[in-house]
Amino acid sequence: MQSLLCYVIAGWSGFFVMAVELLGGRLLAPTFGSSIYVWGAIITVFMLALSLGYLAGGRWSTHAPSVARLGAILIVAAATVLPLILFAEPMLDAVSIAVPDPRFGSLLGSAVLFFVPTFFSGMVSPYAVRLLVQDRSSSGRHAGQLYFVSTFGSAAGTLLTSFYLVLLMELNHILLALLTISGLIGATALLVGRTGDAGAGAAAATREAGAGQAPRAHMSGEVDDGRAGARNETGALHAP
Amino acid sequence: MHHRWQARCAGVILALLAGAAYPGSLRQLHAERSLYREVLVYENDGVRCMCFTRQCRIGRQSCMDVKHPDRIVMNYPQMMLASLYVNPSPRSVLIVGLGGGTIPRTLLQLLPDAHIDVVEIDPAVVKVAKKYFRFEDGARLRVFEMDGRVYVRRAIRERRKYDLIMLDAFDHEYIPEHLLTREFIAEVKSLLSPQGVLAANTFSSSRLYDHESVTYAAVFPHFFNLKRENRVIIASNGALPDAEQIRQRSEGLESAFARYGFKASAVLPLFSLEQDWDRDARQLTDQYSPANLLNTRE
Repeated sequence: MQSLLCYVIAGWSGFFVMAVELLGGRLLAPTFGSSIYVWGAIITVFMLALSLGYLAGGRWSTHAPSVARLGAILIVAAATVLPLILFAEPMLDAVSIAVPDPRFGSLLGSAVLFFVPTFFSGMVSPYAVRLLVQDRSSSGRHAGQLYFVSTFGSAAGTLLTSFYLVLLMELNHILLALLTISGLIGATALLVGRTGDAGAGAAAATREAGAGQAPRAHMSGEVDDGRAGARNETGALHAP
Repeated sequence: MHHRWQARCAGVILALLAGAAYPGSLRQLHAERSLYREVLVYENDGVRCMCFTRQCRIGRQSCMDVKHPDRIVMNYPQMMLASLYVNPSPRSVLIVGLGGGTIPRTLLQLLPDAHIDVVEIDPAVVKVAKKYFRFEDGARLRVFEMDGRVYVRRAIRERRKYDLIMLDAFDHEYIPEHLLTREFIAEVKSLLSPQGVLAANTFSSSRLYDHESVTYAAVFPHFFNLKRENRVIIASNGALPDAEQIRQRSEGLESAFARYGFKASAVLPLFSLEQDWDRDARQLTDQYSPANLLNTRE
């Protein structure tokens, strides 16, 4: 269950990032236009924020990692999108007046709006890798599956948003829907993480300090609950 | 622009190619990849056209008769110039979208006292217009290479006003969606002088027609709707003149327009106030602006 949640969170996070990035172009257009450098600025900010998020997520995963905390990252990333819905226009107007050059104006504008949520979204993948990988021999496979899920989510987020969602809903409503879904998935992770901890009957800190030994037992307990979708994990978990 | 020209243009050019009396052939004079698109210049039988796609027969942006560069070859610039029937002597003009520069070139001659500002996003288009279409900027004609909406917002902050604003930034296959929203049209309106006039070159078919119409109507409750292959919307910040006033002003321009090879009166029957669209269509806003997706649906 927990590893399934890791994949769901990574996939959804990929969807979320690309949907926000695409809508970011819309948000910036009234103020900065749709010149090529506006897209350049947006993509730069997203890449930069993701790269730093990867670093931070990897670092944080060394301190008592848990599915609950992964869910918390997802919730924080979603919550930091809220200012975008509430204040994007006045914020961008202020930036465009402070920085009249359209290139650096749009760069600063996208940094102000998108850096924080994308940074937190970037934390998700390395953190999820830490939760999924139990030993060195399966680490590549798990990382590969995680990249697959996350990037597939990104592809889905890009396509659905640009082909369909913008035709159906207003921009802010799409953002709100994304927020809500992130919140629901994050809350599920918090709940599952908590009950999982209780079921294991051990202090999370001591267990996780065992660097992959104890969590393996914990995870296989989850798998034995009978999730058909988790059979890959079962195999990995029993191979030392 | 001008995509409703398709059938007619293709027909005319094919006829020209086929007819022995017109032994011309399509010659490519220039091609370059700009930041946004491919800018191409073709010439056929003394008519030179700027295109943004290889299929120049369907997507002509702007054309010029090489021997008679004043003659207005295409249909829609004539409809755009008919906005002078609503306000015959604008002193300040803003044009969003340059193309080959037919309209600014003509207005510069027609309005000897006017100052004209042109906004064009693509520097390559400005370069090609100067090199191949006799476009020249100067003291009375300034060109700003930037996004149209960015320019409009800046001009509002600088409290500038224009007596005539022309929106001509649409391509037959791509619409800058932030230039077709209620908010943008309201921004343009706030840039108009009290009697200022807006002329917008847009579309006359596809599902977008309804959405575009209700969006304009949200800002300008009444406007003239001129339809041929293209659709030109002419709206005013003040009251719209009646049919008699428009007729009189077109007569006043008849001799001036003769130089450009068309009759002022020919555009007159196109002035319509009829609201022939679905009024329940959803308005396009900064929050909801899938103009290109809507334009692909019939």
